[in-house]
Amino acid sequence: MRQAIELNVNGEPHDALVDSRETLLDTLRYKLGHMGPKEGCGNGNCGACTVVLNGAVVNACLVFAVEAAGADVTTVEGVAAEGNLHPVQQAFIEHGALQCGFCTPGFIMSAKALLERNPNPSEPEIRLAISGNLCRCTGYDKIVRAIQAASQALSQTA
Amino acid sequence: MAEYSVIGTSLAKVDAPERVTGKATYGADLDLPGMLWAKLVRSPHAHARIKQIGTSRAKALPGVKAVITAHDLPPLPKGATAPLVGEVSIDMSAIREIVMASDKVRYHGQVVAAVAATDPFIAEEAAGLVDVDYEPLPVVEDVLQAMQPDAPLVHEDLHTLEEATQEKSGQPSNVSTHMVYTRGDVEAGFAAADAVVEKTYTTQMVHQGYLEPQACAARIEPNGKVTLWTSAQGHFTVRTQLVTLLGLPASQLKVVPMEIGGGFGGKALALFEPTAIVLAQKTSRPVKLVVSREEVLRATGPGAPAVITVKAGATQDGKITALTTTMRYDAGAFPGSPVARGLLVGLAPYKLDNMVAEGFDVLTNKPRVQAYRAPGGTPAAFAVEALMDALAAEIHVDPLAFRQKNAAEEGDTLPLGMPLNRIGLTQMLKQIETHPCWTTPLEGPHRGRGLALGYWIGGSFTSSAEVKINPDATASIFVGTVDLTGTRTTISQMVADELQLDPQDITITVGDTDSAPFADLSGGSRITYTMSAAAHQASQDVLTQLKERAAEKLKVSIAEVEYQAKRFWAKDDTRNEVNLAELARESVAWGSGPIIGKGSTTRMQPAHAYAAHVADVEVDPDTGKVTILRYTCFQDVGKAINPTQVEGQIQGGAVQGIGWALNEEYIFDNGELKNASLLDYRCPVALDLPMIETVLTEVPASEGPYGLRGVGEVPIVPPGAALANAIYRATGTRLYELPMNPERIFWATRGNGTNGSHGANGSGGE
Repeated sequence: MRQAIELNVNGEPHDALVDSRETLLDTLRYKLGHMGPKEGCGNGNCGACTVVLNGAVVNACLVFAVEAAGADVTTVEGVAAEGNLHPVQQAFIEHGALQCGFCTPGFIMSAKALLERNPNPSEPEIRLAISGNLCRCTGYDKIVRAIQAASQALSQTA
Repeated sequence: MAEYSVIGTSLAKVDAPERVTGKATYGADLDLPGMLWAKLVRSPHAHARIKQIGTSRAKALPGVKAVITAHDLPPLPKGATAPLVGEVSIDMSAIREIVMASDKVRYHGQVVAAVAATDPFIAEEAAGLVDVDYEPLPVVEDVLQAMQPDAPLVHEDLHTLEEATQEKSGQPSNVSTHMVYTRGDVEAGFAAADAVVEKTYTTQMVHQGYLEPQACAARIEPNGKVTLWTSAQGHFTVRTQLVTLLGLPASQLKVVPMEIGGGFGGKALALFEPTAIVLAQKTSRPVKLVVSREEVLRATGPGAPAVITVKAGATQDGKITALTTTMRYDAGAFPGSPVARGLLVGLAPYKLDNMVAEGFDVLTNKPRVQAYRAPGGTPAAFAVEALMDALAAEIHVDPLAFRQKNAAEEGDTLPLGMPLNRIGLTQMLKQIETHPCWTTPLEGPHRGRGLALGYWIGGSFTSSAEVKINPDATASIFVGTVDLTGTRTTISQMVADELQLDPQDITITVGDTDSAPFADLSGGSRITYTMSAAAHQASQDVLTQLKERAAEKLKVSIAEVEYQAKRFWAKDDTRNEVNLAELARESVAWGSGPIIGKGSTTRMQPAHAYAAHVADVEVDPDTGKVTILRYTCFQDVGKAINPTQVEGQIQGGAVQGIGWALNEEYIFDNGELKNASLLDYRCPVALDLPMIETVLTEVPASEGPYGLRGVGEVPIVPPGAALANAIYRATGTRLYELPMNPERIFWATRGNGTNGSHGANGSGGE
């Protein structure tokens, strides 16, 4: 069964005809062309598809597209405002916090959301906040350091 | 050595901006007009004869455009091979069976058919409508059982190859190869020992755990030529296999490399691409094939498990007098486990005058293993390094001093016969002596510190680079090597220094098989090493061509032309000069045309990489849970071209090894994987880990312009034993089986459970 939905993605209104079995991730990727969120597992175990849905950090693969009707969605493509990289993105580049980069969109979303609710997180708080995101390349060390650096950068500009 | 301004700095990854913004394009991100979605049909049996496959119900489903079985693949002569790397070939008839089984399935999840449909839901439904009639056969799952003469045969016509004599056994067997390497007199060696320890160690099948499931897409162009997009570790390697498998000339097959979301050895073979191409040929539409995470875990090819016996003797003063080992590696359903690499890696850190090293490549009804970072090395080092720790304890010698006393040096001969060129093992061990991770007392109950060594031979094979000078005096680098780990960045750094250009003025492209110079696949820690030679040569070629043109312009001989900072001048008259911008601009205006430098290497000496890890752990006596308090990685990297990237490689490899050591294992029931999700197959998450400290030793490799060594593989090798040895000091109990999860430690510390159930090790400390 198909259903027409409307949703805002990164501030832009969209409509899409979606299959009732289709996930928000499928819609974002294949109907709306937002290939930033990745599918690493399809069942909420890896976090590569992390987006912000009406202010909540979610795995887009665990949300049916029809559930997102009328929602505001932010994907990794919406993080850099007017082409300027967000301090979290900048810190990931400067601290070597990515290798293959497949998990990176999810980490950026989780890290940005963490710093918005807790601008000065401790190392254990950072590790907890990203524990739903799997990375197989970095061993997390440089990701944690990048988030620490982004926290400092944000507090200096605040 | 020359002074460099870009080499040795932590230049940010040149491809980072597109990755942090979600713009990098991986295999699954392709969305071609008119594209169909493929879905694979997989066997629900670990061992069964295929009696019949019925495709009519699937074909009748609206939206289904094609259903194929192995009969739709072009015929292939039995035993057909294709070159893999260098002189190493792979058996393409086995690859074909993994792509699609013809008459028998040999592991649970083996592909038997494939469908292409207009959307993924229809494809999935159609896959369920393919009717396969199986005759189930007895399953052999365990490597030791598979070696028994009465074991069910995975291949009825497979005979054991005796490597030394190249003779095959009379009776069919699940042992595909048996190899023995000997040196000296082990009997005399053991007789001279004051202490001898013998133990058997077991490791489980594990997965590489790359975050990106395999993805590819194929399109048949109007002229019949095939375009294939794939996120594989080597697009030329994929093309070579497809040429054999599909009978296409290389000129009729363009393979385009996509960004790859991790490979770690698991994306080297063309296991999915043939299906996408045949479906595209059948339907005359583009076809995309993306596998699910469950399929990734079940059947894409995990890392090999092993059962390893090691026996070693030493004198009271800590000198090893003899060592024997038997390594039995599980290849899964087709030959080709990394057992020879296991023998090499496990023994390479030591001087061994008297040695017998024996290996078995064993088949079981499990998915055919694929390479996994330092393939074969992790199980071998777990066994050998845990045994060395036990032997050192037996003679009351400090584990670091014991390694120092027996450490391999330049000129020694590796266990498999190759002489060692320059290595930095001794220097690296010296650094540990005074490092706080080793000298700081570890206080508190249930805590312990462990040390283990690791080794990787470092890959060579073919790499090529082209460097072009653009008319505006910027440079473009063109390579055929997939960037797994940051190699675009390190190659750019090399060219920047060679040409004395700002890295901002250099771009690098990984080209497709029609346009880039040939390169073998990315793996084995070989790309930065071999590319250093190729990029250096290509840059020198560019400089030579530029100097020729400058000489002509300055009216001097080439030998008289000097170059620095984008300026050429005559040695004897510095005012007689021409700048790079002018030569670059003129190169396309008249004269000899554009400047294109070429560099290539097909074979370099190994750049041996040694590592040592020091782990501090605390073990919860009530639950058996291990908390890593501190983890330090020492590694001889030769020369760190980009220290941040080198550290990242070491940290990532160490954490994969930690996962293998503490958590990760395939759990089978009659050949069926029971934990085929990333929740149940538990890779380490950020909460499980401390920061991973790295200490780099830089002893230049014998070959190559910068002395670098490949760094990616070796860090996965030591963690198993480093942690096992730490757990022993925390609990008084030695663990003989990975993973050392809470349950296994809980029972082992109580003298119970399956602590190395394969060997009669007993339990408790020695």
